[in-house]
Amino acid sequence: MDLHELEAIAERELAQRPRLRILYCSATGCQASGALEIKRRLESLLAETGRQVEVDVGAVGCLGLCGRGPIVRIEPSGETFEHVKPDDAAEIIAALDGHSCDVARCDQNHPFFTRQMLIVRRHCGLINPDRIEDYIAVGGYRSLYHVIHEMTPAEVINAITRSGLRGRGGAGYPTGLKWATVAKSPGERKFVICNADEGDPGAFMDRSILESDPHLVLEGMAIAAYAVGAEQGFIYVRGEYPLAIERLQKAIAQARRHGLLGAQIFESGFNFRVDIRVGAGAFVCGEETALIASIEGRRGQPRPRPPYPAESGLWGMPTLINNVETFANVTAIIEKGPEWYSSIGTEKSKGTKIFALTGKIRNTGLIEVPMGITLREIVEEMGGGTPDGSPVKAVQTGGPSGGCIPASLFDTPVDYESLAAVGSIMGSGGMVVMDAHTNMVDVARFYMEFCKDESCGKCIPCRVGTVQLFNMLTKLRNGQAKPSDLSKIEELCELMRETSLCGLGQSAPNPVLSTLHYFRHEYEQLIGAEGNHGS
Amino acid sequence: MTTSTTETAADRSARPAGDNRRKILEATMKRFQYQGDALIEVLHKAQELYGFLSPELLSDIAQRLHLPPSRVYGVATFYHFFSLAPQGEHTCTICLGTACYVRGAALLLRELEELSGVKAGRTSADGRFSLLTARCLGACGLAPAAVLDGEVVGHADRSNLAARIRSLLGREE
Amino acid sequence: MAAKTLTIDGHLVSARPGETLLAAIREAGITIPTLCHLDGLSDVGACRLCLVEIEGQRRLQPACMTMVSEGMVVHTNTPRLQAYRRQIIELLFAERNHVCAVCVASGNCELQRLAGMVGMDHVRYEYLSPDCPVDISHARFGIDHNRCVLCTRCVRACDEIEGVHTWDVAGRGVDARVITDMNQPWGTSTTCTSCGKCLLACPTGAIFPRGVTVGERPHASERIALIVDARKQRW
Repeated sequence: MDLHELEAIAERELAQRPRLRILYCSATGCQASGALEIKRRLESLLAETGRQVEVDVGAVGCLGLCGRGPIVRIEPSGETFEHVKPDDAAEIIAALDGHSCDVARCDQNHPFFTRQMLIVRRHCGLINPDRIEDYIAVGGYRSLYHVIHEMTPAEVINAITRSGLRGRGGAGYPTGLKWATVAKSPGERKFVICNADEGDPGAFMDRSILESDPHLVLEGMAIAAYAVGAEQGFIYVRGEYPLAIERLQKAIAQARRHGLLGAQIFESGFNFRVDIRVGAGAFVCGEETALIASIEGRRGQPRPRPPYPAESGLWGMPTLINNVETFANVTAIIEKGPEWYSSIGTEKSKGTKIFALTGKIRNTGLIEVPMGITLREIVEEMGGGTPDGSPVKAVQTGGPSGGCIPASLFDTPVDYESLAAVGSIMGSGGMVVMDAHTNMVDVARFYMEFCKDESCGKCIPCRVGTVQLFNMLTKLRNGQAKPSDLSKIEELCELMRETSLCGLGQSAPNPVLSTLHYFRHEYEQLIGAEGNHGS
Repeated sequence: MTTSTTETAADRSARPAGDNRRKILEATMKRFQYQGDALIEVLHKAQELYGFLSPELLSDIAQRLHLPPSRVYGVATFYHFFSLAPQGEHTCTICLGTACYVRGAALLLRELEELSGVKAGRTSADGRFSLLTARCLGACGLAPAAVLDGEVVGHADRSNLAARIRSLLGREE
Repeated sequence: MAAKTLTIDGHLVSARPGETLLAAIREAGITIPTLCHLDGLSDVGACRLCLVEIEGQRRLQPACMTMVSEGMVVHTNTPRLQAYRRQIIELLFAERNHVCAVCVASGNCELQRLAGMVGMDHVRYEYLSPDCPVDISHARFGIDHNRCVLCTRCVRACDEIEGVHTWDVAGRGVDARVITDMNQPWGTSTTCTSCGKCLLACPTGAIFPRGVTVGERPHASERIALIVDARKQRW
């Protein structure tokens, strides 16, 4: 494979593509609401009229508005339909021919779409994730070629550093610095790991990227491998994501066949092989040392850092671990340059971030927004507020490691530092909206139950502390708590935050602490209120 | 947790004698050159083939991969995905992720427990039905979400799930 | 490589490069509580009792797994650390059945000594009282899971010193238990060599010899280090 062959594939692909296209979202959400049946109906209707060659019915990745699936889009008009039913197939074909049609349309001028800025999700809804040709046709694998033939590893790292990209898994560690550390650490072998163990309940950004544009992640990993000097990569995917796994397997096989992964990529001396490891249901494996233990076939228990995986990771070798969204940003930075990338966002948080907007919100789905946008813009303008129009009470970011931000702080800009300053975290991108019906003690208890079930059991503060906190919150909920119990809860939260071994235990108190801070009256109301179940 | 790869009691009884599951498992281990690192991949395959991980199966895997039995057992019990007991003929998994929780999944689960007489995480005594929970299926747009015999059910509520479970179990209203 | 100089609780201390902070602290004559650490075994940093404050570092670090470095300034016994240690011991006492008054190991138990050391005289947390079995199927030893603190010293002694790996941990979180082989009765284990190193390593009355009461049991966990040293010298 060389650049000419790559261009030839792209040209061929574009030349043979029919003008009329019906594209349906094939991600998990829309599939579950019947997208495949719609596809079958469309195809059989087209076949009946002999138009199966003239009109292309194609799968595309997630279009974002998951709460209104199944979503279907037609080209060239670009009209997008929501809540499509199999019986709508004839109407949609009519719309393709310019006739009127009664199927509900998505309002493309809604802030939900217009306020987005697509970098990572730029191909989502445009390409068929099962076809490498589609990815090549939109410019795929050019960045990898460019990097291998025209840049030194140091130049690649320099570009990533200057872009200001920070880890999208939640903690926001500078990506360039991580790459540089791995590149400089001595080791006979090095590894690149893509963390696709998206465990935060209420978050599905990474699933969507993998299901919609798997090659984007593979290309990002290959560029990283070239930069740090690794020849082997692993993608650690949640077992709960069968469709993402299937698409990754296909993508890896296609890339190998085309000489874009494997030995002597683009006829250079660079080799890079990628294997998938399927997680087996353990939230703690999102923690990098636990993830490494899991790839090594062991119990997913974290170990103290240092040493960091960048120096001593998988099988003791220097290992680069980034999450899906981080790798998915790489090609855009190479393509358009670090200066372009760093012009987006705030002073310390560059680029865009994808959020999964869920809960009591009118427009449920995925949005990609520039860093620095306010919570109000996301929740009220893009999300459209609550379904019944009642006021939003709070938004939870960062999952079990994050906190609840009250509506009074909705002018907070979304960036790593600002969210930390109000007691939450950026996290991987889950954003769960809560209204007046949501009891905040319940929310804190829900997350503590999660952490208790997901605690690996290795260190004492997390293993026993989560259970004690959960029991105390349950007592509180049942109106059996004493006034002194609140300070006991706070004291235990501090212990866990300061002494737990890994991030899971250290951040497990965050949902409790943030709700105690902003909604203390809801806790106090429950004290000594036996029989009052607070709802 | 999806249930599509989990074998049911019916599948097991329908399987003819002299099956080749052992051969397939052996091939998987061979592909990983019998390395201990591959333990989780091998357990995935074993569960896919047999529906659950029996002590005999775990011992066998330990021996083939040259791993101490206690290590294999320790790994198999660490991860939620692996089941050491057979699952029911039909399974229903309720997502308890945040988005589903905020939209009433916990209440739904309680209702289904009442309806089926099976506690979450358990299988009915007759082996007909398992009620399971999952930590976020990533289908938050469909909250509350459930998986019924491998099929994702979006916007699940008592009315649409209960009727289907009843008909699966051949029970009348 | 040159020796490292560091400051521990205001005293200047020199240490060998590659030495752990715990070793340096002990050499300086300072005692800090430890539980999952045992001389001769690898460290896991799980019990969090030996956490210390290191100036310039945001997080507390386990002394057992932190390497000394030049100019390090360490505080081992601040009021904050004392409070955390007491709380951790409280959590342990509340986790299973560690009521000393009714324990036959009373007076001969590392956990009990630790409680005295950190000044934990009562437990403010709810006792979880899990249903834990006692396994006396082995001819020479027994295990009472009520007394187990999941330090995993038995697991490491069996794996690293005896080279057998009969023990491991099954389950997770508060439901985690040490097991033998396939979580089967110890007496039916096919890998156990009955060497008794797990008994030497156990800090509490969890693993006990049969035939003597636990109160009479010789606690000789230092023999693990002796075995390791003896082997090193022979090589």
